[in-house]
Amino acid sequence: MLELFSNITEIQWQQPIMWAIGGILIYLAIKKEMEPSLLLPLGFGTILVNLPLSGAITQGDEVGALDVLFNAGIANELFPLLLFIGIGAMIDFGPLLSNPKLMIFGAAAQFGIFFTLSMAVLFGFDLHDAASISIIGAADGPTSIFVAQFLKSSYLGAIMVAAYSYMALVPIIQPPVIKLVTTKKERLIRMPYKQNEVSKATKILFPIIITIITGIVSPKSVSLIGFLMFGNLIRECGVLESLSHTAQNVLANLVTIFLGFTISTSMVGTEFLKPTTLLILALGLVAFVFDTIGGVVFAKILNLFLRNKINPMIGAAGISAFPMSARVVHKLGLKEDNQNFLLMHTIGVNVSGQIASVIAGGLIISLVI
Amino acid sequence: MNFNGFLETLPLMGKGMLGIFIVTGVIILCVYALNAIFSPKNKKNGKDGEDK
Repeated sequence: MLELFSNITEIQWQQPIMWAIGGILIYLAIKKEMEPSLLLPLGFGTILVNLPLSGAITQGDEVGALDVLFNAGIANELFPLLLFIGIGAMIDFGPLLSNPKLMIFGAAAQFGIFFTLSMAVLFGFDLHDAASISIIGAADGPTSIFVAQFLKSSYLGAIMVAAYSYMALVPIIQPPVIKLVTTKKERLIRMPYKQNEVSKATKILFPIIITIITGIVSPKSVSLIGFLMFGNLIRECGVLESLSHTAQNVLANLVTIFLGFTISTSMVGTEFLKPTTLLILALGLVAFVFDTIGGVVFAKILNLFLRNKINPMIGAAGISAFPMSARVVHKLGLKEDNQNFLLMHTIGVNVSGQIASVIAGGLIISLVI
Repeated sequence: MNFNGFLETLPLMGKGMLGIFIVTGVIILCVYALNAIFSPKNKKNGKDGEDK
């Protein structure tokens, strides 16, 4: 009988804490509906890998199933790229193509990434780890995983938890930051929306051209942007309805299940429970805050030169958390003036943030390698 | 605190932001060109012209 429970003596102090962290992730996923498709598998996986002598991860010569999955899909960056096909198939670039100048805000709102890179180095991380941490500011899980894994960061678990948690916390993080850097008068600026028709040819050529331009400038980002745009091409071509539907649903869901579950191999207590994890979470928040500030301040600078003023709040939607950030800014606009409808502008900016964050991911890799 | 390291990364920040603005600018120009070439209005006008 005693032999049955002999494993209890193998429990290390970090493991019960990690069970609690896993439980919190599952709670947040179910009760608060915070990125449930990722946080629930991650939470359960965290418990799984932190059981004493867990067979799910490699113990000595016995290879664990989760490590097999990790080597098959994360170590070679395959899972995040496959997920990008699904995400690309989900995105309608129509609002962006209808008003292309909005893309500039997507670029400005990546400031937090590069600012956090410098901050992470200041706090003692080496350049590759700093770059991996900074990409939390891409507000895009697959990009964060891709870059962190490409740069062989040892903080993948903390980076993923930060990236997905802050994406879910955008409605809490962004409003106070936006209010801090805008005046009430600026928040009341109305922006009439004019719907421009976009041809099918433009929608089809857009993903191809983006891939070529980005690939030439930043070859490291070819797979990132290429898979995203391939998904979008499937959606827009009009002759692959079934594949588009599969990419948006079956493929995205399947990869998401494995992605969250597999990443939990980076949540082993002895590695995760370190002061650096808290520092990474703090730096991730810095990235999100300065992304928001970057987008808003850029819009304010543009307003110095524009006759028809832009509501600077739309700049904040340039972070990639889609479509949450667009909705947050739209709601903020309505709160200030219940006739101020910014949604179509913020959606365009938000979609551009999706592209810009992927470009930023590729640039970060090119710059630090 | 690695202040020297921080200073060394500032050019990376500049290059990164410059790079992303340049790529975005090129993409914006391409989209304007696409919209101009494949504008639905142009097509309609073309068809109208043919009808006349």
